[in-house]
Amino acid sequence: MSKVATNPENLLARLKQAQDRLGYLPEECLAEVARSLNMPLSEVYGVATFYSFLSTRPLGRNVIRVCKSLPCYLKNSRMIVESIEDKLGIRPGGTTPDGRFSLALVNCIGACDIAPAMLINHDVHGDLTPRKISRILQSYE
Amino acid sequence: MPEKRIVLKNCGVIDPKNIATYLAADGLKAWQKARQMAPEKVIEEVKAAGLRGRGGAGFPCGLKWELARKSPGDEKYVICNADEGEIGTFKDRYILENDPFTLIEGIAIAAYAVGAKQAFIYLRAEYHHLLDLLTSAVSQSHEQGLEVNIEIREGAGAYVCGEESALMESIEGGRGEARYKPPFPPNRGLWQKPTIINNVETLMNIPRIILNGAGWFSQTGTEKSKGTKVFSVSGDVARPGVYELILGSPLRELVIDLAGAEKVKMVQIGGATGRIVPYTMIDTPLSFETILGAGSIIVYDESRDTIDIVYRTLEFLAEESCGKCSPCREGTEAMAEILARFDRGEGREKDIKVLEELARAMSISALCGLGQAAPTPVTDSLQYFREDYAKRIKQGGKVRC
Repeated sequence: MSKVATNPENLLARLKQAQDRLGYLPEECLAEVARSLNMPLSEVYGVATFYSFLSTRPLGRNVIRVCKSLPCYLKNSRMIVESIEDKLGIRPGGTTPDGRFSLALVNCIGACDIAPAMLINHDVHGDLTPRKISRILQSYE
Repeated sequence: MPEKRIVLKNCGVIDPKNIATYLAADGLKAWQKARQMAPEKVIEEVKAAGLRGRGGAGFPCGLKWELARKSPGDEKYVICNADEGEIGTFKDRYILENDPFTLIEGIAIAAYAVGAKQAFIYLRAEYHHLLDLLTSAVSQSHEQGLEVNIEIREGAGAYVCGEESALMESIEGGRGEARYKPPFPPNRGLWQKPTIINNVETLMNIPRIILNGAGWFSQTGTEKSKGTKVFSVSGDVARPGVYELILGSPLRELVIDLAGAEKVKMVQIGGATGRIVPYTMIDTPLSFETILGAGSIIVYDESRDTIDIVYRTLEFLAEESCGKCSPCREGTEAMAEILARFDRGEGREKDIKVLEELARAMSISALCGLGQAAPTPVTDSLQYFREDYAKRIKQGGKVRC
């Protein structure tokens, strides 16, 4: 295997590992990665805030990502968002006080054939209806 | 007979979890055949087939390979672009779900042809649910003796990483920002080494071409668009889904006959940076000579509002612009702002001129394809649905809708 292929000095890979471990990327963590890779903190922060799946703020145990792009929008994704807001009492960008769910609006998740769709963590849920949502949310602890 | 399964031949036929079923369907025969040929001969075959990139740009695949083959250096890379982020596109997801083995065989042949020992599949973060299946397919294929080492790299959520130079920045671990070109990837790509980067669907065609020959492949399609195209159809249709059609088939066959659309107002072809065409152009053939993109087809019926759609498209692009070059960073923001005004019924007469000026400036000065093509939905809608803009111009403080 090529050396570069598994290069442990890959910044993005390091940040993804840290996020998997900690649930998000706290400032101390970014500083630690910067030190160990001998990089300016600004560069590490730049990468940490570039990608939508990385977060510098704490997230809930389960992250709901509702697709807001056109194919889902046409199938009334706003109704899905409102239904989740009602059920969980949070707005996009928010986290429930018990830390169980975070809610985010995201761009196309490639599930336009089953619009409206969302991801919870890495699971795809499509052909959503408000009724279906209650059942789905219940299955995440 | 517009439908023809070349790329999707094995989808629903083989078990994507079990390579034995793939081998029973002529799997890896093209790879074995390719290794009996000189690498230059493999490239010759792909060139003769007339295969063009399926990611949207349509660059001749064999020429790209030839440039990388001829670039000096021992260390070369093959990248499969599975960062399918274009709005309304899910064909690569369908391919990966149903037939990862043909893709891997295509990568192995590409690596042999250009002389690469290492390949990457860059999988978008949103497709993490496919990772286990794909990892298993890669390891089962490696057990069959592939010389190339294939590694899967996951993205972390960024539309622009589907752009090839941004994608390479991301594999290298940085922000996914587009690079200045030239140099182009076949000369200096990943870690500044010669690199070919191909879309999933492009690579899917390779085993078919090698096994059946360039002559067989180039019989299908139009003069400059050989073979088939896989389309993702969504929006106001009865049967959303993935369809494979011979290149040159009319839009009508896809949207109306196959997907079952009714009362079509317009179709967005190629996603956010793609074309918007009115119903009067429903007989346009889908090909590189006319309109194609990466195969995203979003259908809007007569109940939809043009301004709403164009505004949302530009809002998306403003959000996903990587921010490196100002024409794209500022241009998409400014366009979205103006369109928001029209959306509220508060457009101004001079705004249309500003939109047109911005569009010209962006298309000639943006760094990568995102910024260059970002004005397309605006210019197309101004061309075909100008009256919809006029209706939203604020008149004497009175909002018209």
